[in-house]
Amino acid sequence: MTPSQPAAGAVRAAHASPLTVDARGVSLTFHTRDGAVEALADVNLQISDGDFVSFIGPSGCGKTTLMRVIADLERPTKGTILVNGVSAEEARLKRQYGYIFQAPALYPWRTIERNVMLPLEIMGYPAGERRERMQRYLKLVNLSGFERKFPWQLSGGMQQRASIARALSFDPALLLMDEPFGALDEIVRDHLNEQLLRLWDQTGKTVVFVTHSIPEAVFLSTKIVVMSPRPGRIIDIIPCDFPRDRTLEIRETPEFIKIAQRVRSGLRSGHSYDE
Amino acid sequence: MSARLQAIGFWVAAAGLLVALALPLSSQAAAAFTSRTGLLVALVAAAAAFALASWRTPVSTVFGLVGTALGCAVTVMLLQDPAIAGYASWGYWLMVLAIWLGAILASTRLADLSAADQVTRWLRDLSIPLLFGVFLIYLWEVTVRGFGVSPVLMPAPTSTALRLAQSLPTLGEDFMQTFVRSVLAGYAIGCGTGFIVAVVAYRYDFLKRGLLPLGNFVSALPVVGIAPIMVMWFGFDWQSKAAVVAVMCFFPMLVNTLAGLAVAGPMERDLMRSYGARPLQTLLKLNLPAAMPFIFNALKINSTLALIGAIVAEFFGTPLRGIGFRISIEVARMSLDMVWAEIALAAVAGMAFYGIVALAERAVTSWHPSYRK
Repeated sequence: MTPSQPAAGAVRAAHASPLTVDARGVSLTFHTRDGAVEALADVNLQISDGDFVSFIGPSGCGKTTLMRVIADLERPTKGTILVNGVSAEEARLKRQYGYIFQAPALYPWRTIERNVMLPLEIMGYPAGERRERMQRYLKLVNLSGFERKFPWQLSGGMQQRASIARALSFDPALLLMDEPFGALDEIVRDHLNEQLLRLWDQTGKTVVFVTHSIPEAVFLSTKIVVMSPRPGRIIDIIPCDFPRDRTLEIRETPEFIKIAQRVRSGLRSGHSYDE
Repeated sequence: MSARLQAIGFWVAAAGLLVALALPLSSQAAAAFTSRTGLLVALVAAAAAFALASWRTPVSTVFGLVGTALGCAVTVMLLQDPAIAGYASWGYWLMVLAIWLGAILASTRLADLSAADQVTRWLRDLSIPLLFGVFLIYLWEVTVRGFGVSPVLMPAPTSTALRLAQSLPTLGEDFMQTFVRSVLAGYAIGCGTGFIVAVVAYRYDFLKRGLLPLGNFVSALPVVGIAPIMVMWFGFDWQSKAAVVAVMCFFPMLVNTLAGLAVAGPMERDLMRSYGARPLQTLLKLNLPAAMPFIFNALKINSTLALIGAIVAEFFGTPLRGIGFRISIEVARMSLDMVWAEIALAAVAGMAFYGIVALAERAVTSWHPSYRK
């Protein structure tokens, strides 16, 4: 027995708390033709069970990269990351998260219903349950009646809703959403944000949400992670304690404006670093 | 074309037919129209139909078509007179030109018809290319027979058709030998191995780097070079032709499938990764469906390549049947109408094969932007 082994066990035991994401000293360097790019530098972040956490920051601040590290779509070059108490890879192979991309990424050769059933097919759910779950989650995102349509026959907002139903279909405890409404206009976006909040409130899932928009982040989150580029790092973590059943009206309240200002000043200080 | 111009055109066509009556039919001493009452009545009826067709209503399209059909019938019947076939003169050719003009105008009318329901639209869209093809054969027929072109240079469609009808058993035997045995077997083997090798090469990059240049090398070999070698290896019968076809089909399938497998985007791949999908699942549910348009491209290219390959390969030793074999010996015997009959057989078989593959493509890749409704 080397002395390091009991220590590692102790760290693991300490992490077996209701933390959904536990990142410690995570760094990630990409090696490109123009040299090394530090996408993430010494990121420490704890996300508790049931949180709604937004990553906000300018382009290139590593917010998407951090989310991809949580999803085990990228491997950190330094540091450790635990998802639901196990390594990110193990969490991925146990299908513990649903990932929603910037674009709907629906397969054009599958109808909406078969797109929603895709993860269920891969995970080996029986046919009857696949169908039952597909109908339940399409209803949840208000797409009942569009089962037999092809993705390209629906609007952008409907496609993104279908992709949310697909991510929910296998009922993961963690939802990773990478600017899911970035390509949609503001009216549709407001509407989908409200629906998302209601869904989060009803299901008690943990949501990690990447966004460019300050009002969106403040409106949705229980915790806002402000990030800054070159190197990608966290510069502020702002708690945001509106009731879980919040409505769009809270955007007019002084508390909302105060938090938005703190986010904005955080983003500004991150920028002043360069100039 | 404006309605006015169309009306004038129909009048010109009608007048042309009538004027042609006054001109000599043949440079030889041939009987005049007055002694051929039936044909005279038909020709005057055709002229009348063209005149009626100038009247702009949907019904007049029918008159245009009827006039064309009558005119074609009269001119073809006239060629039965040995004094006209080969010696046709001004009167005859003016008739043909007038009918040609009438046919152009009638088909323009037909294309302009507004179709209310699906079935009539479908009928209209099908009839125009069909009538065009039939008229082209008519022009070929009257030109060859009217000018008396030697059948060795260019046989008339009717003599080819006659020869085709008389030689059905021979043609059937050739079809079985060349198409059913050589082409289908070689096509299945070539496309199948190309596909399997592409899937394996996609999975293992070192195979891709090794096999692509090799496949490229084999595909660059000329058919006339590999065909005799294949005959040495696999014997005179269809097996050696199937081998040539397989070699020809292999590379287009390999290259297209490889390109198709690589077409799925990074986001689609990440999605599969996020589900913890196994490589086989990713292949079956993402890469292969995405590759289908590419795979069908190869299947279509190969459907015509295969037939060419099999026919050419039959020039290098074959049992006494097969399309290629028949063409080579009938050319030597100067019976060109049989050669044309074999060409027609090969063309119809190749088109039907391509058409079936294209229909299957439409069914499988109806989601692709080029087929979306």
